[in-house]
Amino acid sequence: MSEPIIEMKKIEKHFGSVIALSGVSLKVMPGECLCLLGDNGAGKSTFIKTMAGVHKPSVGEIYFEGKSMDFDCPRDAIIAGIATVYQDLAMIPLMSVARNFFMGNEPTKKIAGISFFDHKLANEVTMKEMKKMGIHLRSADQAIGTLSGGERQTVAIARAVYFGAKVLILDEPTSALGVRQTANVLATIDKVRKRGIAVVFITHNVRHAMAVGDTFTVLNRGRTLGSARKGEITSEELQNLMAGGATLATLEGSLAGTI
Amino acid sequence: MTETTSTPPVSTDKPDERVKTRSSFRQALIRPELGGICGTILVFTFFLLTASDSGMFSASGVMNWSIVSSQFIIIAVGACLLMIAGEFDLSVGSMIGFSGMSIALLSVVFGLPMWMAIIATFILCMGIGALSGWLVIKTGLPSFIVTLAFLFILRGLTIFAAISTTNKTIVGGIKDAAEGDWLAPLFGGKVLTGLFQWLGDNGWIETFERGFKKGQPVVDGIPMLMVWAVILLIFGHWLLTKTKFGNWIFASGGNAQAATYVGVPVNRVKILMFMFTAFCACVFATSQVIEFGSAGADRGLLKEFEAIISVVIGGALLTGGYGSVIGAALGAIIFGVVQQGLFFAGVESSLFRVFLGAILLFAVILNTYIRRMITGEK
Ligand SMILES: Nc1ncnc2c1ncn2[C@@H]1O[C@H](COP(=O)(O)OP(=O)(O)O)[C@@H](O)[C@H]1O
Ligand SMILES: [Mg+2]
Repeated sequence: MSEPIIEMKKIEKHFGSVIALSGVSLKVMPGECLCLLGDNGAGKSTFIKTMAGVHKPSVGEIYFEGKSMDFDCPRDAIIAGIATVYQDLAMIPLMSVARNFFMGNEPTKKIAGISFFDHKLANEVTMKEMKKMGIHLRSADQAIGTLSGGERQTVAIARAVYFGAKVLILDEPTSALGVRQTANVLATIDKVRKRGIAVVFITHNVRHAMAVGDTFTVLNRGRTLGSARKGEITSEELQNLMAGGATLATLEGSLAGTI
Repeated sequence: MTETTSTPPVSTDKPDERVKTRSSFRQALIRPELGGICGTILVFTFFLLTASDSGMFSASGVMNWSIVSSQFIIIAVGACLLMIAGEFDLSVGSMIGFSGMSIALLSVVFGLPMWMAIIATFILCMGIGALSGWLVIKTGLPSFIVTLAFLFILRGLTIFAAISTTNKTIVGGIKDAAEGDWLAPLFGGKVLTGLFQWLGDNGWIETFERGFKKGQPVVDGIPMLMVWAVILLIFGHWLLTKTKFGNWIFASGGNAQAATYVGVPVNRVKILMFMFTAFCACVFATSQVIEFGSAGADRGLLKEFEAIISVVIGGALLTGGYGSVIGAALGAIIFGVVQQGLFFAGVESSLFRVFLGAILLFAVILNTYIRRMITGEK
């Protein structure tokens, strides 16, 4: 197998006296979907934020495509190819789909030496990219607020993919969605993975994880509780693992060597 | 659970049957300017019916309310872009007083050439704008508070500077100081004077019947103030809707965090918008000072609210991220027309405020409704 696209080694993150992460390691292969599970406050968001350049790890190293990386801001991580979709922070409801899609990466064209936002191109690309993800927009001009939660997540994902993400991080993209919308987002994740992009998918829901995940890592109180590959673990076992250490002993057999 | 085909099916190529198609008429109606457009039509209809024989719609009458509206437009454009970027500037009025006084003192008292006094004032005021923006960003305080502080600081400094140098709160002598200057006419001059003379000669517009101006048109040109209003309006509209930077303005005000995450330089955008607001206040003040030939320490009182009201009537969202420069200009026109129109109609001027409050409420309610339609919620 090829080398991991991103590898996090013994990441620790302290906020004052709070130790949010105490030594979490993992690696993600290109085209692989890694599911990060864990209870509220386990440190999942903090962990992916160190990956995305929002937080600097207190201790630990990040290797991206084999090279040691030190991101100063989210922009650095985005340029390197790490895109993050935050659950509700991704989109601006009153702005059009196309304006949101190209936010921060606006296409321009020059007319008489003056630089203009190329609305035509932006609208075309947005319609095309959304269609690839299975969403048919009425028009790229419509406000994002008119889309459902799942469609909005899909716009954010399509945007990340279009701008060349190699690693796509999704922080609980399905937690506020209904069944049908969740299904759409999961299908989108699957499409993205098949394009060879590594996906880090944070979720509470074992069934959602099982639907698209290749590997599963469970965090608890800032530590890795266990990791498993698809087929090495059943949903029940994963559910128990997430529920905490109480049932851990019974799982040791099936997870031997991976903890 | 070993196969990726376990993912649920996606919706196929047919459009979602639950999305109602909207008529293009309805679509065209749903825009931030709608409130402003309705208001403008309403106001003009009202005055055409009630004050058409008062001279309000003669050449000089039109010029009268156009100038007042232009003044409002100049400050509304700045306030509009700043509000869309998610911030307020309550110091606009004080900034107008401050910059006017700065020009007067630098030129009349300290003897600087007029152009130098004007340029120095613009630099100083935009610097102050940048400072308030920087303070808002560094402290994380609402701009409401930071610029409220500047409202008092600048007004106090203006009065202090005037009193301590000239012992007066009104400093005159600008006309003489501006004589022969190359920059001053850009703010105080008139354009198209030839055209208006020609119109007057042909009897198409009113001319003076007697006196030393006999034969000259009553309205003898377009004041630069109006030219500035049009330039700023076009620039603001272009910047907001036609450029990359415009998208950043929307994004910064819509959700600063989301914008930062995708690499929009939110802080830079906001500081630049504070500077632009200060620039607009300076344009206003410079034109006024050169027109009046004097600067007064109390100039610009309450202008910040008039600017903000124009912007809100024009459909902008107080919390940022949504609005239109055209709308703000319509708001400014409503403002100007009503203020001058009530005068023409001979209505008690105190009723202006009543009317203003009523139209503000009406516009905001209508705009809230439009916004709900845009986001599809009912
Ligand atoms: N900026 C911060 N400052 C202080 N503590 C934080 C900060 N961010 C997260 N934490 C703490 O770190 C822990 C992990 O939080 P988080 O990563 O959000 O968990 P999860 O996403 O798994 O629910 C929590 O106890 C939280 O209070
Ligand atoms: Mg979280």
